[in-house]
Amino acid sequence: MTSLPHTRGTARLGLVIDLDICVGCHACAVNCKEWNTGGVAAPLTDLKPYDADPDGVWFNRIHSYEVNGEDARTVHFPRSCLHCEEPACVTVCPTGASYKRAEDGIVLVNEDLCIGCKLCSWACPYGAREYDLDAGVMKKCTLCIDRIYNEHLDEAARVPACVATCPTSARHFGDLGDPDSKVSQLVREREGYDLMPEMGYKPTNKYLPPRPRQRDAASIGAPALEPLPQAGGLLGLIDRLLSG
Amino acid sequence: MPKSSNFAFGDPPVPTQAPVADEVKYTTCYMCACRCGIKVSLRDGRIRYIEGNRDHPVNRGVLCGKGSAGIMQHYSPARLRKPLLRTGARGSGEFREIEWDEALSIATGWLGTIRANDPKKLAFFTGRDQSQALTGWWAQQFGTLNYAAHGGFCSVNMAAGGLYTIGGSFWEFGEPDWENTRYFMLFGVAEDHDSNPIKIGLGHLKTRGAKVVSVNPIRTGYSAIADEWLGIQPGTDGLFILAVAHELLKAGKIDADYLARYTNAAWLVIDDPASADDGLFARIDGAPLAFDRKRNALVSFHDPDLAPSLTGEYTLADGRKAVPAFVHLAKRYLDERYAPDTVAVETGIPAETIKRIAAELAHVAFEQAVTIEQPWTDWTGRRHERMVGRPISIHAMRGISAHSNGFHTCRALHLLQVLLGAVDTPGAFRYEPPYPKPIPPGIKPAGPAAPNTPLAGPPLGFPQGPGDLLVDAAGEPLRIDKAFSWEAPLAAHGMLHTVIANAHAGDPYPVDTLFMYMANMSWNSAMNTAETMRMLADKNPETGDYKIPRIIYSDAYYSEMVAFADLVLPDTTYLERHDCISLLDRPISNADGAADAIRQPVVQPDRDVRPFQDVLIDLGARLKLPGFVDDAGKPKYPGFFPDYMVNHQRKPGVGMLAGWRGADGEDAGIGAVNPQQLERYIENQCFWQSRMPAEAHYFKPWNKAYLAWAVAMGFLDKPEPVFIQLYSETLQKFRLAARGHGDVPVPDKHRARVETYFDPLPFWYPPFTSEADGYALHAITQRPMAMYHSWGSQNAWLRQIHGENRLHIHRETARTLGIADEDWVKVTSAHSSITVKAKLMDGVNTDTVWTWNAIGKRSGAWNLAPDANESRGGFLLNHLIRDLLPPREGGYRYSNSDPVTGQAAWYDLRVRIEKAAGQHDRSEPAFRTVERADLPPRPDVLRYGQIFRPKAEAS
Repeated sequence: MTSLPHTRGTARLGLVIDLDICVGCHACAVNCKEWNTGGVAAPLTDLKPYDADPDGVWFNRIHSYEVNGEDARTVHFPRSCLHCEEPACVTVCPTGASYKRAEDGIVLVNEDLCIGCKLCSWACPYGAREYDLDAGVMKKCTLCIDRIYNEHLDEAARVPACVATCPTSARHFGDLGDPDSKVSQLVREREGYDLMPEMGYKPTNKYLPPRPRQRDAASIGAPALEPLPQAGGLLGLIDRLLSG
Repeated sequence: MPKSSNFAFGDPPVPTQAPVADEVKYTTCYMCACRCGIKVSLRDGRIRYIEGNRDHPVNRGVLCGKGSAGIMQHYSPARLRKPLLRTGARGSGEFREIEWDEALSIATGWLGTIRANDPKKLAFFTGRDQSQALTGWWAQQFGTLNYAAHGGFCSVNMAAGGLYTIGGSFWEFGEPDWENTRYFMLFGVAEDHDSNPIKIGLGHLKTRGAKVVSVNPIRTGYSAIADEWLGIQPGTDGLFILAVAHELLKAGKIDADYLARYTNAAWLVIDDPASADDGLFARIDGAPLAFDRKRNALVSFHDPDLAPSLTGEYTLADGRKAVPAFVHLAKRYLDERYAPDTVAVETGIPAETIKRIAAELAHVAFEQAVTIEQPWTDWTGRRHERMVGRPISIHAMRGISAHSNGFHTCRALHLLQVLLGAVDTPGAFRYEPPYPKPIPPGIKPAGPAAPNTPLAGPPLGFPQGPGDLLVDAAGEPLRIDKAFSWEAPLAAHGMLHTVIANAHAGDPYPVDTLFMYMANMSWNSAMNTAETMRMLADKNPETGDYKIPRIIYSDAYYSEMVAFADLVLPDTTYLERHDCISLLDRPISNADGAADAIRQPVVQPDRDVRPFQDVLIDLGARLKLPGFVDDAGKPKYPGFFPDYMVNHQRKPGVGMLAGWRGADGEDAGIGAVNPQQLERYIENQCFWQSRMPAEAHYFKPWNKAYLAWAVAMGFLDKPEPVFIQLYSETLQKFRLAARGHGDVPVPDKHRARVETYFDPLPFWYPPFTSEADGYALHAITQRPMAMYHSWGSQNAWLRQIHGENRLHIHRETARTLGIADEDWVKVTSAHSSITVKAKLMDGVNTDTVWTWNAIGKRSGAWNLAPDANESRGGFLLNHLIRDLLPPREGGYRYSNSDPVTGQAAWYDLRVRIEKAAGQHDRSEPAFRTVERADLPPRPDVLRYGQIFRPKAEAS
């Protein structure tokens, strides 16, 4: 079994995902695949890509749910590794292949050590691990570690691919270990939450819940319209307006 | 982020510093029609990464799921490899490969003969082509009027509805004021048009707390994040919109000053029922008349000092009566027909909700007006100290467009905007240059040409009256698709959806060659799909000849249409060619300025394929079409499309690209040819943008600074104001013809229809396909944001997201029909039936079933395995949609289209569903597999990017 780092830096790099404005467009998922299939975990193999039931490795998958009742809505939910503070996928690993970085908290797989036993994917309650059958190793979101520190990219591009490409700006990247960071402030302001906190894995990534909806006139302060008096009516009013 | 130290904490080394590219090229995306700027990183000539260009005006750095899958589109095994000549029966997919010289000689032979005898016997129709400024001009020079692109079944109702009303439209013609809007209404499916700009804008609106209302029978995509979702009955949007207008008028909550100044609401309409000018505008020296409240006199509306009245009844100089257009308008929409209580059942939206939406709109428009401290001067020379606007924006696309009442519904939507003063004011919908244009734009469709002669003008345009129709002396159509005939007078985009059936029937005449580009007419781009396939391969029993004698087709991929071609001209992928996103075509401007762009090849083809635009220019030269050869008969554009993009001039100084014109590259809009123009575009990441002065940003149609800028850029001929045409005199002219006036007679069979639908004011009527046939449910499609039309299915990544589709049914509706999730259901329309799998959900109107568009594929097409999900579980609704309406009195069958514009009415579909009897393991109907042996084998494992994997960093 693998130990978590004993000495930790303060950084907790992660994502903040805004469910209020995610339209479920899959831009993050596909751009992630596109970047990472040529990145440190390359390739993100696709099996039978042009046949029945193609099956590939994706680090980020989008699910859509319908919520019924008084506040019925459709919620789009992007799902990727949450880079947990207490990741069971690491502690369950028999070889040390799965590990959590002390420096920034990113959870990675060292493919040289991975024996493909899949214990980590069983341990992860979020379903964030992706087994590459062709390579025989487990793969997962790297938080684009080959982008965020990559000096070949200009400063603005040093964010995960999913964040850079998101058309609605529903995804944010930063240091959740720094209470003054923009992402930490956003989590406070919007009451960002942990996914399945009862599991005790303390995810680093946070989700921002949908905001209350403006579904009635009162929410924007609009009084009901009053019909014009019969006398004069609309045309009378128009005359008055234009003579004013 | 600082550089990772990796070792400071004893973490294992990770290679974080791999170079992304040894070469970076910018170009323009073509994974949908949105035309975002992209940055392509290459390593060793292979594509490493495609990302959004942060400097680009369309997408500002973001890129959607489709654009991010461009690598897989480019390396698709469905790419055609070489020209093909049919060897087997048409439709069999049996071809032999031929050289380009042979292919072009064959095409030149066929086309040259047609041109020398009867040029209209060439029907040249393109599909999702983005180079219509070239293809349309080619058709004109060839001399065939039988040309159009795909707008007739896509969105001509939106384009025509807008251009005949406000001189602009949504999407490519205008956009919401994303920074200032406080209330945004979205009608119908909009996920494909406009893709990233709307997503970027929605992110802004939601973050700012603006209210978003979605009017759509289905709660998917953008509707999911709306504050309020109104699950309207399909095809009743116009009724809902006009009921909102009714409420606003009843309460007097309209922008009277805006109506009086900027629209034709004050123009006097002649009231003389029996006369030939009844319902037309009273004029003086050509200018419309209005009543001046201050001078108490009838005055030209163009008089700068006019104080126009919107009310009253006046006596003209000739003694006849006239009233302002507004009087007609108020009378119509104050009528109880449009009262919320009247329309609630038909629209499925409670009266209280309609009243509340009206109240919210009024409140935001008039109590939360947006003021920008920017002085401006109007066309009369009056200075305004600030810009005050109505922060209400509306966007609509196909949900309104693809109904047989779409033209009038679109006009109703613009009417609502205008009543609120919410067109091109701060916070509202804003025009994107080159719009606004005169109403309608001044280009008229050209009629047939003599042999070996070009058309007198472009084949498509905007009729201004019956005299501009393309009909013969008997009133019968001159075009193969019957566009611009009495069947579809304002068919500004042509009618691609009628071409094959009409050509097959020889109605109004047979053609010799059907030449198509990127138009998947044997599959997802046709209504009545099975019959269309039959017609494409049908022979005359007496002669044994095909009823459509020759078919030339160009596509980059092995789409369903390829098997029906006699001659296949393989196109390149979008990353292998030049393209021109021209202001003469479909602009990518935004409301603050004009923009255009190019594509440049970022990789070279590894197959024997050529860009279609190059091929068209080559054919033009071989046929010696005017404009394609010089006086000596030599090709005028030996460098093909890039040469044409730079050197072709439509009129002096106006070419395909507006940026860096003039010998020194210093001119914008108008200027001499610049031989270095493409280099300048490439230096500037393949796009050009010109911002207008701040004083021109709003009130554009009436803004002196804007009009001057637009003239200087070549967008308008004259700096004259454009007045919104709420009351359409153009429509009234057609109606008068139906009443027997004028010198262009309306054939009797069309008379009542023209009289009804050429109403000068927007009105609502039920879609032509109704419940009366016994089909209670509406069936429509939505566009998934990660898949665009049919192109995506060959894409290894995108097909993992949308490989199959389901028929989505409301849970309650399904319960009453005894249908469970994943059951096979039989879906029957008046035309046909299909058997497909059901998926139950809650976020859908209970009377509506729906599916994703164009996921279903014919087995074997696109080089997918014969049992691929797309053909096994995927399906099209198209099989259920009839292309002709039922016979009317006299047996005449109209196209299943809008009666004004000819827009294909494929959202009118009505069905009934039942649980399918027996066992099923695939959707029906299924068609014979069309696999091609000479396409590359499908890989079992795709390890794209393995070669880019960085080696471990040395410790």
